[in-house]
Amino acid sequence: MTHDRFPAISRILHWLMAAMILAMLFIGIGMVASLTEYHWLLSIHRPLGIAILVLAAIRLVNRLAGRVPALPNDMPPALRFAAQGSHIVLYVLMIAVPLVGWAMLSAARYPVVLYGAFELPPILPQSDLLYTILRDAHTLLALTLFVVFLAHFTAALMHRLVFRDGVFESMASLRSDSRRR
Amino acid sequence: MGLAVTGVATVCIAAGFAFVGGFLTPQRLTQARIIDRFEQLNGIHPGFRRNHAKGVCIAGSFDSNGNGAALSKAVVFQRGSTPVTGRFAVAVGKPFVPDNETEVRSMALSFKLRDGEEWRTGMNDIPVFPVRDAQAFYQQMLATRPDPATGKPDPARMQAFLAAHPETAKALQVIKARPFSTGFANASYNSLDAFRFVNAAGVSTPVRWSMEAVDPFVAETMSGGQPTDVNYLFDDLIARLAKGPVQWRLVATIGTADDATADATVAWPDSRQRVTLGTLTINRIATEQPGNCSDVNFDPLVLPAGIAPSDDPLLSARSATYSNSYRRRAAEAKTPSEVQVPLATKDATP
Repeated sequence: MTHDRFPAISRILHWLMAAMILAMLFIGIGMVASLTEYHWLLSIHRPLGIAILVLAAIRLVNRLAGRVPALPNDMPPALRFAAQGSHIVLYVLMIAVPLVGWAMLSAARYPVVLYGAFELPPILPQSDLLYTILRDAHTLLALTLFVVFLAHFTAALMHRLVFRDGVFESMASLRSDSRRR
Repeated sequence: MGLAVTGVATVCIAAGFAFVGGFLTPQRLTQARIIDRFEQLNGIHPGFRRNHAKGVCIAGSFDSNGNGAALSKAVVFQRGSTPVTGRFAVAVGKPFVPDNETEVRSMALSFKLRDGEEWRTGMNDIPVFPVRDAQAFYQQMLATRPDPATGKPDPARMQAFLAAHPETAKALQVIKARPFSTGFANASYNSLDAFRFVNAAGVSTPVRWSMEAVDPFVAETMSGGQPTDVNYLFDDLIARLAKGPVQWRLVATIGTADDATADATVAWPDSRQRVTLGTLTINRIATEQPGNCSDVNFDPLVLPAGIAPSDDPLLSARSATYSNSYRRRAAEAKTPSEVQVPLATKDATP
């Protein structure tokens, strides 16, 4: 049983990004199957994706520099490995999916409009080959992110409802401090 | 109990995701299904656009007279010149179709604004669009499909479609009431969909725009009189440009509160105010190939600040289906275009 909590900044970043990423995954899968809804979904998709990229970079620094509560001592090694491995995958995807999105728009010569006249510069030259690879990668990585998110969500509920080991509370606490109770 | 709650919650999210992605509703009309239908009707021609497949690249500039600045804050409407690249095409999904088997022609343009923004527009030389939304477009494609037995569209099928879509019957009358021109250079091209100009004060005005030919209109004579050369439209354009630049005037028609912005089948009254925004000059032409307009998806919703979509449902549907067509052709090997511009005029590659 652990009562240690993530620092408040980590919890804020986590829940803010959880909402953004979940919204983003639904917008993404929805817009590619949409006609009338496509444009307004896309006009949210691009700036939201770049916001996720920026926050993920901040979060990576925070994670590497900050303190992480220890997992329960009695957690089986396999679950411990799954927990640590899935977090690495989540960090990689939070950065890779928006970055690939930006790169694929560049390769297709689409302007990367965020809002109004505010555009990002292209990060790749025009290339049908690069666009094709990156466009497929964007979908594949995003679907992987959804699957890992589902595993993460399931594990979180298991910690809260089945194991009751304090792991869920270490991220879900509303208290401002991170000291032991 | 905890396990059950966890399981149900996870399945609900996964099912919601599958529903939003259209995986649980295979009958839903999607961008992929529209492009699939183009491929069913025209065959798959690798590397080519799924519609407006046969075309040629052009380039020049747009000289704004400054009249648009009161209507739109877009930099392109301030007085001055903006470089333009673009593409002329015939509105058919077959890249090797003889020109005399086509009717509708298109002008697609990409304006590179001074501040780095881009404006893309695709226009056709018809006064109104035949359908109101993507669903009707999809059904119309099937209704006008040639019957394998006769090689011609089944009139009964078309009649049934028109009975269900009186707006299309009216639009086709308007389209047929006016002859097509003899070529690309003396045709005028219309945005068909409505947009909104937004000025620096935030005032939003409904508009439709047209590129009106400076070359005098000459009506194409009816069936039989057309040239038999398979590329006569494109060859004429190349010959015309060899003589000198071709110009169009960009004219915005200002809509009022009475004018439908969400229905491209209905023309706005002739009495509406029309504002000339500037002159487009095309002076270069080149074979479509990787590196020029061939790479560009002329998505009508690539817009600079100051031009916004209207509530016309066709705009988002066009943007969505064009992106699907672009994705498919980008993944395919390229075949040389039917339209080859002779070396003499090729120097100034757009």
